[in-house]
This record gives sequence, C-alpha cells and structure tokens, in this order.
Amino acid sequence: MADVQTTNQSILVVGGGMSGITAALEAAEAGYDVVLVEKNPYLGGRVTQLYQYFPKLCPPNCGLEINFRRMRQNPKIRFFTMAEVAGISGQEGDYDVTIKLSPRYVNEKCTCCGKCAEVCEVEIDNPFNYGMDKIKAAYLPHEFAFPMRYVLDPCLVGTDEGKKCLEACEYGAVDLDMEEATFDLRVGAIVWAAGWDPYDAAKVDYYGYGEYENVITNVMMERLASPNGPTEGKIVRPSDGKEVKNIAFIQCAGSRDENYLPYCSGICCLASLKQTTYVRELYPDCDVTVFFIDIRALDRLEDFYTKVQEDEKVTFIKSKIANITEDEDTGDLLLEGENTRTGEQILMNFDLVVLATGMVPNGIQVDGAPEVPCDEYGFLVNDPEKTGIYGVGCVRRPTDVASSVQDATAGALKAIQSIARR
Amino acid sequence: MDKKTAVYICTGCGIGDALDIEQLKEEGTEDFTIDITRDHPFLCGQEGVDLIKQDIEGEGINTVIIAACSHRVNYDLFNFGQGVIVQRVNLREQVAWSQPAGEEDTQMLAEDNLRIGCSQAKDTELPEPFKAEEEYSKDILVVGGGLAGMTAALETARAGYQAILVEREDRLGGFLGKMKKLITLPYKEVSEPGAEELIKAIEDEPKVKVYTSSTVEKISGGPGLYTVEIKSNGNGVSERVGAVVQATGWVPYDANKLGHLGYGKFKDVVTNVEMEEMAASGKITRPSDGSDAKNVLFIQCAGSRDPEHLPYCSSACCLVSMKQAGYVKEQNPEAVNYILYKDVRTVGQAEDFYRKAQNDGNIFIRGEAANVGEEGGKLFVEADDELLGERVKIEDLDLVVLAVGMVPASKPDTTPRIKAPADAEDADEDGMIEVVPDSGFFANSALNLDYRQGPELPTLKYGFPDSHFICFPYETRRTGVYSAGCIRRPMETAKAIDDAVGAAMKAIQCTEATAEGKAVHPRAGDTTYPEFNMQRCTQCKRCTEECPFGAINEDEEANPLPNPTRCRRCGVCMGACPERIISFKNYSVGMIGNMIKSVHVPEEDEEKPRVLCLICENDALPAVDMAGIKRMKWSPYVRFIPMRCLGSMNLVWIADSLSRGIDGILLLGCRHGDDYQCHFIKGSELAETRLSKVSETLDRLALESERVKFVEVGITDYHKIPAIIDEFMETIDEVGPNPYKGW
Repeated sequence: MADVQTTNQSILVVGGGMSGITAALEAAEAGYDVVLVEKNPYLGGRVTQLYQYFPKLCPPNCGLEINFRRMRQNPKIRFFTMAEVAGISGQEGDYDVTIKLSPRYVNEKCTCCGKCAEVCEVEIDNPFNYGMDKIKAAYLPHEFAFPMRYVLDPCLVGTDEGKKCLEACEYGAVDLDMEEATFDLRVGAIVWAAGWDPYDAAKVDYYGYGEYENVITNVMMERLASPNGPTEGKIVRPSDGKEVKNIAFIQCAGSRDENYLPYCSGICCLASLKQTTYVRELYPDCDVTVFFIDIRALDRLEDFYTKVQEDEKVTFIKSKIANITEDEDTGDLLLEGENTRTGEQILMNFDLVVLATGMVPNGIQVDGAPEVPCDEYGFLVNDPEKTGIYGVGCVRRPTDVASSVQDATAGALKAIQSIARR
Repeated sequence: MDKKTAVYICTGCGIGDALDIEQLKEEGTEDFTIDITRDHPFLCGQEGVDLIKQDIEGEGINTVIIAACSHRVNYDLFNFGQGVIVQRVNLREQVAWSQPAGEEDTQMLAEDNLRIGCSQAKDTELPEPFKAEEEYSKDILVVGGGLAGMTAALETARAGYQAILVEREDRLGGFLGKMKKLITLPYKEVSEPGAEELIKAIEDEPKVKVYTSSTVEKISGGPGLYTVEIKSNGNGVSERVGAVVQATGWVPYDANKLGHLGYGKFKDVVTNVEMEEMAASGKITRPSDGSDAKNVLFIQCAGSRDPEHLPYCSSACCLVSMKQAGYVKEQNPEAVNYILYKDVRTVGQAEDFYRKAQNDGNIFIRGEAANVGEEGGKLFVEADDELLGERVKIEDLDLVVLAVGMVPASKPDTTPRIKAPADAEDADEDGMIEVVPDSGFFANSALNLDYRQGPELPTLKYGFPDSHFICFPYETRRTGVYSAGCIRRPMETAKAIDDAVGAAMKAIQCTEATAEGKAVHPRAGDTTYPEFNMQRCTQCKRCTEECPFGAINEDEEANPLPNPTRCRRCGVCMGACPERIISFKNYSVGMIGNMIKSVHVPEEDEEKPRVLCLICENDALPAVDMAGIKRMKWSPYVRFIPMRCLGSMNLVWIADSLSRGIDGILLLGCRHGDDYQCHFIKGSELAETRLSKVSETLDRLALESERVKFVEVGITDYHKIPAIIDEFMETIDEVGPNPYKGW
C-alpha cells in the first residue's frame, strides 16, 4: 500500500468527486502521473447521490461510468479510497504529503460476493442515504460503487458479529485487525477538490429541520427520488410513508442571509426546479409550490425554468418563508410568511417541505500546510502569486457540475504548469 | 499474431454451485482451438492470478479468456500487459447471480457466453496504434484574441506548449480592451480590466505567436496534423498545429430590435456595451446634449429571457449593470440609479457585489418595463412594479441603459440554406433547405474546417457551439477543436477565464494522446482505429454522412477519406457500411457476426427460444450488471453482446441472426431525442433508424416485425431490466418460434 512511487513530476488530487476525478483524468490523459485520494470508500462524491442532473434529467452514473472506464485503462492514475491528507509540507514543485488511510476491514481479496452482509445482523445508519434508512454494518456503499468492494463498519471490530463476517468470507477478505496506516508522497503540485457539505439546515431553527420529520433538505430529496434510495424512488413522507400530495420548496434556506450563509449557492434554484419534475413525474396530481427570492437560472438553463413554469401544478411565490410549524397529529406543516408580490400574508399547509440548503466548502484543514488564501466564507482563492496548490470545483465557488468540470480541467493545467516551471 | 489461448473458469462467487463446470469446459470450448482449460475456486486471488501468469510465462499463452465476473471489476488484476489479449466472459452477474442454479437453461446460457467469448478472442487482434507519415504537431491554435482567447494562449504557453493566436482586429483585447472596470472573483470591488497587462504578457511570452488583423482561411487535416492557412494583413501564412481552441466570443444583441424600449427613438437610450465604452472613454453623458448623466435607469433582460428575442439569460448582465451603476455614482455621488429587473442573478460569491450595490443606495425595482418615453427633454420609464403591484412611472431620467444579452459570434443573422437531400420534405421550389444549428454548415465563418460535414462546429439551438453533455463540457462534435468563453455559452469574466484554461488543457491533451495513436474522450486511450477495405467500397457515402464527428472526408471520386486522428472510435461508420468494409483490430462486423454464430440455437421442438440482445456497453450493460448484483432474475434465453455504441450495429447481424433461427433481437441503447444521452451523439438513434429499415429483410424472410425491438435504457434503469426482457420474451412467445431454425 505504502509503496507508492511518486516524484516532483507527479500531481496529487485531493477529493474523488466529479471535480477531483476530472482533474486527475485530464492530467493523466495528457501523460502526467497522478495520485487521487478520496475520503469515502468509493469514488464519485456527491454526484453519486444525485438521482438526475439538470437540465437533461440524465443519471450521473452514466458520466461516472465513462470516467471510471477512463481510469481503469489508464496506468498513470493511482487512487486510494478512505484516504485523507494528514500533512503537507514544502513548496510548489516539491511537496511532501502524508496520506492517512482509514481501515476498511476488507482487503483486496474481496470479490463482492456479499456473504459478509448476508450473515451480519448489526445495522447502522446508511450514510449514502443521509441516514434515512439502515444498512448492514458489512456493506457495499451503493450498487455502482467504484471500486466495487465491501466495507465493514468499525463497530464490528472486536465483536462476535465481526467474527461472523470474518468466518463467512470464503476468500479471506475480511481483516478486522486492519489499522489506520499512513504513507508519504512526493508531488510537484496539488489540486484540492474536496468538494462541499450541505449547510446544516438545523441552524435555520425557524424551519424546524431535525425536529419536524417532514421537513427535509434538497440532498435528501435526491435520495428519496433515486431508485437505489431508501424508498426505492418513491417520494413519500418520512413521518408516515404517505405519498406526497402537496409539497413546498423553500429556496435560499439559510442562503443569501448574513445570519447564515451570505452567498448564493448557485445551484439550488435549478436543483429545486429539477426536483419539481421528479415529483410531478411520479404524482400527476401533486401540487408544488416554490417559495423564492430570485430564480437564478443562468444561460440556457433558463429554458428549463420556462419548461417548469409551464406546468400548471407548479406555483412560484416570491417570499422568504418566516416560520414553519408542524401539526403534531397529521405531520403536516404550516408555512408562514409574506407574499412579497401581493403583500398578503401566507398561511399555507403542506405535507412535505424541501429546504434548498446551500453548499459549504471543504477547505484545507491540514495542520501546518502551506497557506492557501481563502475568502471569508472558506472558499479557496487561487492567487497567481501563490501557485502550487489549486482549489477546483465547489471549494472555489458554489457551482454546478458542468462548471466544476470546466474548473477542474483548468486546475489540471495549472498543476501541469507548476511541474513545467521546475 | 499466432494465438495460444487458455480458458480460465472461476468457480467462486456461486459460479461453481450454479454450473456443471466440467461440462462447461467441454461444451463451451469445443468449437475453438483452446490450448489450456482450467478452473479455479478464486481466480482473482493471488493464486489464481499466478496460475494465469505461469501459463503465460511457461506455456506461451498470449490469449487469456477469463470466464468469471463482469469486466467492470478486477480489470487491474487481469491485466497481463500489452502483448496479452484478455477476453472476459461473464458467468457471475449475468449467469450465476441472475439465473437459478443447476438448471439446464442456466448451463446452456453459460456455455453460449463462453462460446461468444472464445469466438471474440479468436477474432481479436492486438491493436497497432495509428501513426501518420507526417510529423505530429503539439502546437495549439487559438482563434479569437479576447479575454478567453488570450487566456487560452498564455496558459498553453505557460504549460510549455507553443500557442498561435489569431485575432481579426488589429489589436488584441476584444471586449476586455473596451472595459473601464472589471467585476470578477472575489466580487467585493471592481478592478482594473488588465487588458494591457495581459497583452503585454502575451507579447513577452516567446511561446505565443500572435497574428492580428488576421483570419483563419482554412484548417485541413486532423488533430496532431492540422494545416492552418491564415490570411494576415492580406498575406497568406501557413502554420501546423495539433489542436484548436475557438474563442471567437460574442456580439451584443441588436438593440435596433428593441424599439419598444426606446432604442433608436431616443438618443439617451443606450446599450450596456455603449455605456461601458462611454465610461471607459471618460465621462458618462447624455448623447442628446452632452450633459452629465445623473439619473440613470438600467433595464435588465432587455431582449433577454424573452421568446421574441433571446430566450436565454446572458448571465453577466446583472453584474455589469451594478458595475456601471457604480461608474455613475463615482462620477456624481448625488446621482440616482434605478435597476429594473426580473430576477437578480448574482450567483455564488457575486451575491456580495449585489449586497454592495444595494448598500450603495442603488434602487432595485422588480418588474418589467412597459414603456419608455420622453417628457421635457428627459426620459421616463413606466414599469409594472411587482412588489407594489402597480404601474410606476420613473421620471426625470438622463439616461436609460438597456442590458442587452450576448449572441454568440457563431450565430448567423439569417439561417443559411443549402441544397436539400433527395428525401427532404421541407425543401423549397429551388430544392433548398434551411440548415439546422446542429450542422457544420450553420455557424458563421471562423474556423473554415476542411471537413465534408461543414466548415464550422455544429451548435446547439441558440447558435452556441457548446457541448451537449453536463459531465463533459469539452466534449465537442469535432475532435481536437474546443470552444471556450462566451462563444460556448453566455458567461461572466471569472468563468470565461476558467473555461479558457480548461480548453487549453483539453487541446494540449488531445495533441499528446494523438501523437501516441490514442483516442481522446470518451474512449480515451483506445489505440484501435477503423481500417477501410477500399476495394469493396461502393461510394454510398453512409460512413461520411453518419460519422458523428465529421472524421471522414471524400475524394473527388466520392471515395471516403478517413482521418484517423479525428476518430473517436465509436464504430458508427462500421455500423453504417452496407459492404462491411470497415473494421477495428478488436471490433468488426465479421467478429460480431461470428460471435452471434457461436450461439447454439436449439431445435424448435426443444422449446427453448433464443434472443440476441445487442447492448450499449457504457450504460445498458452496467445496468444489466447491477440487476445481477441485486440478484434480479430474468429469462435464461437472452444472449447479450456488448456494443461500443449501438450506432455501430450493422444490419447484417440482424439478417444473419434471423436466418439462423434466432427468435428475436432486442437492442438496449441510450435515450435519444433533444436530451440525448448517447456520448457518440446519435448512435442509439441511428440504430433505431436502421432497425426501422429492417422490415424489408423481415418481409423477405416472411418474419414478424415484432421480432426486433429497440428499448431505451439508462444506466440506473437496472430495476427495469427484468421487465423489459420478460415483456419481449412474451412477445416472442406470442409470435412463436423462428421457422428458420435448423437451416
């Protein structure tokens, strides 16, 4: 594992989501050695958890499959999952990086036969579905997981359940003695593509997220709509599993608000518009209301907004909803606010509310790392005077998939320039 | 190469429990010359892999058939270097995990799968990468010397590659050179545009060669081998380059079409571009009398987001108007700016600049302009104020600025017409037809590619030569030609810069891959390429017309002239060719035909139908794998044969299959139509079109048309796979067995 030979001509890409995969592939396909590290047990990042992309309503796994295929046939890329950066020192053209590998408790002998999961009776919250369902503690993160290899949750270590998994495996792939390991890399440039986390909607306390079961976030909605999600693609209320008849989307839930996230996350308008199509496709009678400040459908994405507006079951109300209360008996939600167009007070009931929460960047949280400038929100700033470490994708600005890919492709060239300067 | 072939059957993961392995070894390989046949309980373990390696080293095995799991897993373990052909046969996801163990039908399926694999391995040759006779160039041509073009050229040079920058005007700079200030990341304050610095950096950079007052007259050849003819200040110059970045930018929407907003009627109604130029040249004044402009109203989306004009949003105009409002205030702190908008679209951190514009006292009114007029020498604007819910009249205005949108420089003023093909329905009396945007003959002249499918990049519906793909924004329709900046879609400065750097990356990568004979995206690294057996060509033109990337030109006698470096290796030409003269070393009409023939078709009285399923290997095939991983069950009578793209499907396979007694043929391919998902553009659509023409064959054989069916399947549709197959099997049951069995 630790015998990774790299030189100051190599590029390290941190983060195996859409941006990181892209940066790694683009550099490798131009002939450069690349090491890609990803924190999760699989590559693909946030987009693997999306049901469809806007505006084409196509599955993200299609593009990922192409990217994984590119990766399979390219010896210039080596990648590590469950891997994080523990230390960076040096300067452009000559970095020493320490990578920390968390134990997977499953080694390369895994054939993905699934015997360990069959015998395992312990269940954990399913991180892939944002905890909306349970999964065996011996699990394949999801069907399209790349690399296709099981993971054992640390809770199985030292338990009889863990031993059962070990004994069930015919291939000697379960290794409960696996420990955290580190290894060092020498690289010439670093592309930071660690992506984003959804803003913690519970902070916007007047929306009751975390308290009211039928208030969910936009990322959870993606899982609900996905055939491989907790409900196998049925969009139902978490409280009682009922089909949705009247749903509200609250835009800028915490965003464009100096008390929470002052910036706009750029994608939430389109994401909600897209999610209205999920709902409408599934339930022809369902009413949808979108509460918004501005609808930000840039460039030809405007066409998608136009298309959704043509759906008479979708209503757009300009309003910043001020409060949500739950009817404890029914689980329904009462939304209060002011319609800024008519000045009228809004008092409307819904059976499910989706909060369009924003993106929080995963900056460089590594002790002693060379300083990379950030703005006050934590987004990395690529300073032309401080080259060598480049932020790409949503660590630089909240942005959609296509723009992340453009940016990551650019980041690959920046990294190559760092090497060319040697 | 002289093949020495070994078959390795893995009996792990339930395969050994589901099948009679000894029988499989015998039945599955008996039609082929196999030197070694082995099985192993854990083939992907160290011992299993070593077993194979020992045979390669000790026995001289050079063709390895691995009958085990899907090719999507353990690809790295079963890679034995460039000299060894590896053929995977799926016995796990598609057999042991999706069929009942120990049944005759399961066994027959496994045997057929192994035969198909043995047949494929037999016909596979090691690829020999294409190598042109001429020397390859890795220089990059950048067309357009605005912000995106200058950035692309400079960043190319900084990565160590030579850039050639061609600009039509007599100086570099484009719109950037006309700006007073710039608003870009981090969007706190305006900054200097920096055009002069950028131009100087380019002049000081020895790896950028600049041609101003120049146009590209012709680009011939293909990636790595382009010859560019440039007309520079009236003289002809020639350059050789490896790839091209098109950054020819945008033009403002023609405000003369916005008479309803007072343009052309009142001198003091100007566009945002005119406003910028006025500010950059000194003072902001009223064009009517030259006096200072104090009260200014900006009409946002002037002609944008408007089906009558530009239906799309131009992305940058909100920020631009806020920036220009700042100029007015800077000139006169007492000045008042009104910004009349539909939605304020300041995404990301640009929200900070919106907040600043609000804090600076600019008045934002949400609504649409209803009327622009003049009273007492001053302008007024009537608007429907959405927040007040009534019509407001803003008076005493010195200047009204129309925030007009961006039109790609590629978009023609009038849609060009060309001679209609013989079967066209919309042709006029002269036999002419409008060119669709999705054609190389649509866009304004910029590249003048010497391509049979037209001189320019095909565009999307508004004339932007952008990629159609979300995950692959640089996936253009012409290999080695990448668009960047506002030619591709309307975008603000920060994005145009990123985009230009990205396009430079792709261009460089293309030259590197091409020089090694490798394909670029999406079959990156593929070293096969189509070879044409020209003696049998009938000049039918199907390959030249159907190639999604315009790779094939034509000579004077209408013979196809392939340009292998333009090729993306999809095989659409191979599918199109009625004479079957186009082949790849490891993918050909004959090879697939032999694979189909290797399927054993039981006699009619055995009541075991056989269905052939031709399947897209990128989307539908992984979906089938997933269905297997989920242990879903489906009919054991289906035989899957993966395709590089369904567009490579040749009708001869259908005819041959049916005449051999195969009962039905199912095609699983990507969604087509406006939101097509085929990464070879029209592959699945072409397959379906070809299929519609198969009725002739069916009629000739007196067979029912229901025997052949196309179904759109996405990669995440795995839960639908069993139902799709079962439904088709029901149809086959209804129409009954193919009468040609046993012929």
